[in-house]
Amino acid sequence: MSEGYLYFPGCSLKGTGRAYEESLLTLFRLLDLKLEELDDWNCCGATSYMSIDEGAAFALSARNLALAQKSGKNQIVVPCAACYLVLKKTQDYVERYPEIRDHVTASLRSVKLPMAEPLAIRHPLEVLYNDIGVGRIRSKVVRKWAGGPIACYYGCQAVRPYYEVDKPVDPTRMEELLEAAGIPSVPYSLKTKCCGGSLTGTIHEVGVRLNAILLKEAVRKGAKAIVTLCPLCQFNLDAYQSEVCKLTNQDLRMPVFFFTQLLGWALGGDPRELGVHRFISDAASAKQWLSEAKEVAAHV
Amino acid sequence: MEIQRKLKHQWEAHPEWAHQVAALPGCEKLFSCLQCGTCSGTCPLSIYMDYTPRRIINLVREGFREEALSSQTIWLCASCYSCAVRCPQKIQITDVMYSLKREAIKSRLFPKRFAIPALSREFYSMVSRTGRSSEMWLVLRMAMRSNPLILLTMVGTGLNLLRTGRMALRREKIRRLNELPRENSKAMEVQ
Repeated sequence: MSEGYLYFPGCSLKGTGRAYEESLLTLFRLLDLKLEELDDWNCCGATSYMSIDEGAAFALSARNLALAQKSGKNQIVVPCAACYLVLKKTQDYVERYPEIRDHVTASLRSVKLPMAEPLAIRHPLEVLYNDIGVGRIRSKVVRKWAGGPIACYYGCQAVRPYYEVDKPVDPTRMEELLEAAGIPSVPYSLKTKCCGGSLTGTIHEVGVRLNAILLKEAVRKGAKAIVTLCPLCQFNLDAYQSEVCKLTNQDLRMPVFFFTQLLGWALGGDPRELGVHRFISDAASAKQWLSEAKEVAAHV
Repeated sequence: MEIQRKLKHQWEAHPEWAHQVAALPGCEKLFSCLQCGTCSGTCPLSIYMDYTPRRIINLVREGFREEALSSQTIWLCASCYSCAVRCPQKIQITDVMYSLKREAIKSRLFPKRFAIPALSREFYSMVSRTGRSSEMWLVLRMAMRSNPLILLTMVGTGLNLLRTGRMALRREKIRRLNELPRENSKAMEVQ
């Protein structure tokens, strides 16, 4: 089928975003796609590293690319939006700026690693869309969704400033894949507005307010859940809902899924293996909708 | 009471500094800014900033170094790239913000006891030693470095994460630590 992909989990997918890793691995298994975790990968550096030392940030991230090259595979799948962007930007800037390339080459050489040739850095949304396709997803659906329409939320770094995952302002691939799986979506105009990232932990009130805006708009559009593709977006939208409700004096509670959980469920994945027990807000609805029931969707 | 002048004169600016910034990767188009304000309009955080992104770009371009480097704005930038993809002049404003953050750290002009630069520095120091970020330990260290009371707002979230198995208590590190690129960065010494 496919020669398989390397997989770069990143720190969040081993912690707060565990359900993303669990559901991604389950979904890829259901689609007979092989994912092989990059051995001894290191943190991508995220936004913090770049705020301290540019050379160090690119060198740190380039170690992962060097390890990927050593593995012999030429495609690496990166689900976390921040890791995805950092790896892409590293490869891009190393190519565009000779001074960065020289610095990174020297840094890697000092630890006996080679400078990697460009490889395909890919987000799972785009892998599913391009390599599997909406049609094949539709043909594999075995469960019927009863959870109502959802709002697809893309956030920032997966769609900007590189446009390979989807369009930068009005992306639609998540909606297309989910609709193929029988899950309807609402038009959600804030789909690429930032959730604030780590601000919920640093300037708490500001971070919570940004998420209140996102949840309020989802409710206003009639969404029963939000679906994300980034561990930080999912965490922010899921973990602070009780505060958001207090702040806005409105009931804005709803489950916040990873798109891989919903696709994996529609394709017949075991709910437990999809991380159904890891929701904080409105966990009851999430559990009910992602039940064991196996029923072939009417449109198949 | 000492009355001080709140505005600076042009002759107090450092135009040569603006050219140094414009020579950095991603900052090349700094001087082509039209001051249209698209960046500030699209920025989800501009309403919290002391200078909007448009004003920061102008401060940098005119060489008002200290004002730009000691602003809260550069730290509030969440790197969402909304401005960068919408700028009609294609100025990579996110990269400009990053370069200002780095210089603010190096020259110790960042706002003291402000959680965001504290997080960046703790993150840097943890990852450069272990190769991984251990979320819970990072948050603890950031809080100790800025405002420990911030932890009170996190108790509920922490318990929820524990309950759902989403909080890793282990300190993560890579196996081949000798492969981590070593840098002679000043950043580590800034405490």
